[in-house]
Amino acid sequence: MVTILFDGIAYGMLLFVLACGLSVTLGLMNFVNLAHGVFALVGGYVASWLMNRHGVSFFLCLPAAFLAAAAVGAVSERLLFRRLYASSHLDQVLFTIGIVFMSIAAVEYVMGPQQQRIVLPPELRGRVEILGGSIGVYRLFIVALCGVVALALQYLLIGTRFGSRLRAAVDDARTARGLGIEVNTVFAITFAVGSGLAGLGGALGADVLGMDPHFPIKFLVYFLIVVGVGGTTGIAGAFVASLLLGIADIAGKYYVPEVGAFIIYAVMVAVLIVRPQGLFARAR
Amino acid sequence: MLRRTFVAGIAFAALTAGGVAYAQDAVKIGMIVPMTGPSSSTGRQQEAAVKLWLAQNGGMMAGKKVELILKDDTGNADMTKRIAQEMVVNDKVHVLLGFGLTPLALAVAPIATQAKVPQVVSAAATAIITEQSPYIVRTSFTLPQVTVPMAEWAAKNGIKKVVTLVSDYGPGIDAEKAFVERFGKDGGTVTESLRVPLRNPDFAPFLQRVKDAAPDAVFVFVPSGFGATFMKQFADRELAKAGIKLIATGDVTDDDLLNDMGDAAVGVVNSHHYSAAHGSPENKAFVEAFKKANNGMRPNFMGVGAFDGMTLIAKAFEKTKGNTDGTALVEAMKGMSWTSVRGPVTIDPQTRDIVQDVYIRKVEKVGNELFNVEFAKIDQVKDPVKAAKQ
Repeated sequence: MVTILFDGIAYGMLLFVLACGLSVTLGLMNFVNLAHGVFALVGGYVASWLMNRHGVSFFLCLPAAFLAAAAVGAVSERLLFRRLYASSHLDQVLFTIGIVFMSIAAVEYVMGPQQQRIVLPPELRGRVEILGGSIGVYRLFIVALCGVVALALQYLLIGTRFGSRLRAAVDDARTARGLGIEVNTVFAITFAVGSGLAGLGGALGADVLGMDPHFPIKFLVYFLIVVGVGGTTGIAGAFVASLLLGIADIAGKYYVPEVGAFIIYAVMVAVLIVRPQGLFARAR
Repeated sequence: MLRRTFVAGIAFAALTAGGVAYAQDAVKIGMIVPMTGPSSSTGRQQEAAVKLWLAQNGGMMAGKKVELILKDDTGNADMTKRIAQEMVVNDKVHVLLGFGLTPLALAVAPIATQAKVPQVVSAAATAIITEQSPYIVRTSFTLPQVTVPMAEWAAKNGIKKVVTLVSDYGPGIDAEKAFVERFGKDGGTVTESLRVPLRNPDFAPFLQRVKDAAPDAVFVFVPSGFGATFMKQFADRELAKAGIKLIATGDVTDDDLLNDMGDAAVGVVNSHHYSAAHGSPENKAFVEAFKKANNGMRPNFMGVGAFDGMTLIAKAFEKTKGNTDGTALVEAMKGMSWTSVRGPVTIDPQTRDIVQDVYIRKVEKVGNELFNVEFAKIDQVKDPVKAAKQ
């Protein structure tokens, strides 16, 4: 029971780190970025490449994955995505899904179609007994790291000047510009951080979720569910939604394996029936 | 009449001129495999094997030049069907080869039947495939064929309680059924049968359930690409420490990917029809040539399926003395026997499925590499599903 709950939390935390960038771009900036998983792909591949080809320690691979994905995010935001902020949602969807297919093909061409291997350092392997349940050390590490990330993000968004600028820019970009806030820069930084987190999630998750060129498509649905269920007010909603989905998914597959794969969809439908705007909807 | 003379005239002219008529006299093989997408490793293995076969045989079959048309269906059944149709109608291929997944093979069955073109299935492994058309011949294997020996071995080796864990699609369900039936007959009990959705690679909850059920062993089938992820999580969850053995079909410990699985895979007992470590001189030469031609890539059972597909087609053409009629070719293939790199094989004349030795193997470290080392052999196994029907 404890083991299942904990596995669910770890899975949910991973989903959160992977999807929180999307909940900001889609939820706050109102930009439908289906290519969000591509940044996770970048992170996962950078981590496994550094580790397997250059023998870099896993603990250094994680920040490297973050930085690489953030850099790719920043560049692509400047060159590609920014042009589409004002476009219709259909244009955004078509454009970003195209990017997904292109990046899948590119990664497959360069790195091959097989699963990437991440070898965890011995400190992170093994299991510990907590509250009568046996818990994987690596999952504990995921929970701790993602928890810190979540808190830091919440602080960044609520407690800092940058956060208030971002919220102002999202609420009314024109007025914010009038007040001297550099909206483009704020968006660019936000986008880069979101991409970087996805990259971190990809590197962290490679051991649990696997990492192959089709990652962005495989997990796209999960990302969108997180954003949909979480609502669009920011990262608190995405956090709660991720945990809920992670626990429901793992527990569902454990207790009723016959229908396990459908549990998260059932949860999504139930939540959206009760609260069509998501768990943490903005008052309108 | 006039028209026919005209055509004959042109053909004659072409013959004397060489060139064009050469193509008419060639053996045309249409190969359809997934070269991109999630199953692309199958396509790559099979392409490499077919190219190696051609290189070793000077690109000739029964004294004719082989013209190979290779197309990628990306693992999408609609596309496989469309490509097969084009190959049969436009390219006028004599034989179709490949088919990486069960649905892809099934999609082409009606075309093979209508066009009377032999469809040599060199990869897909659900038992029912060869029943879908009298023109389907298989050179890969069937899942029940390799699963039943595993169940027998388990029952004989002190394993009494088993949980099965398979990917939830055709071959997985085939494997589950075959295992549960055979193991039950041999006095074992399968306490639970878990089916994991194909698209979700997080095995955690399923493995936890296996652990809590505490069986003697867990029997696993997952398609080859998923083996590494599975193995890692199996080790992570310390099922082995909890006294649960892992037994599997050889798809899980695919030779092509085995080295990537690391030490977690060592000691896994599995059953399959081909191992790169198979000791015959034919296989040693094959593995060496395959690696040399492909930058060190190790052949796996998919590669061997395609290699034998080419051998079978060549032998059929030799038997028909170059006659390209599809019905005659299939007749020639029935009952054909040869020494494959996996051991002696025969095409069962009744079912057109392959009859072959199945080996029980254990993953071991040989030098710096991991191999499936064979330690027991079950001679000439027929597909048990079709054998039971007869």
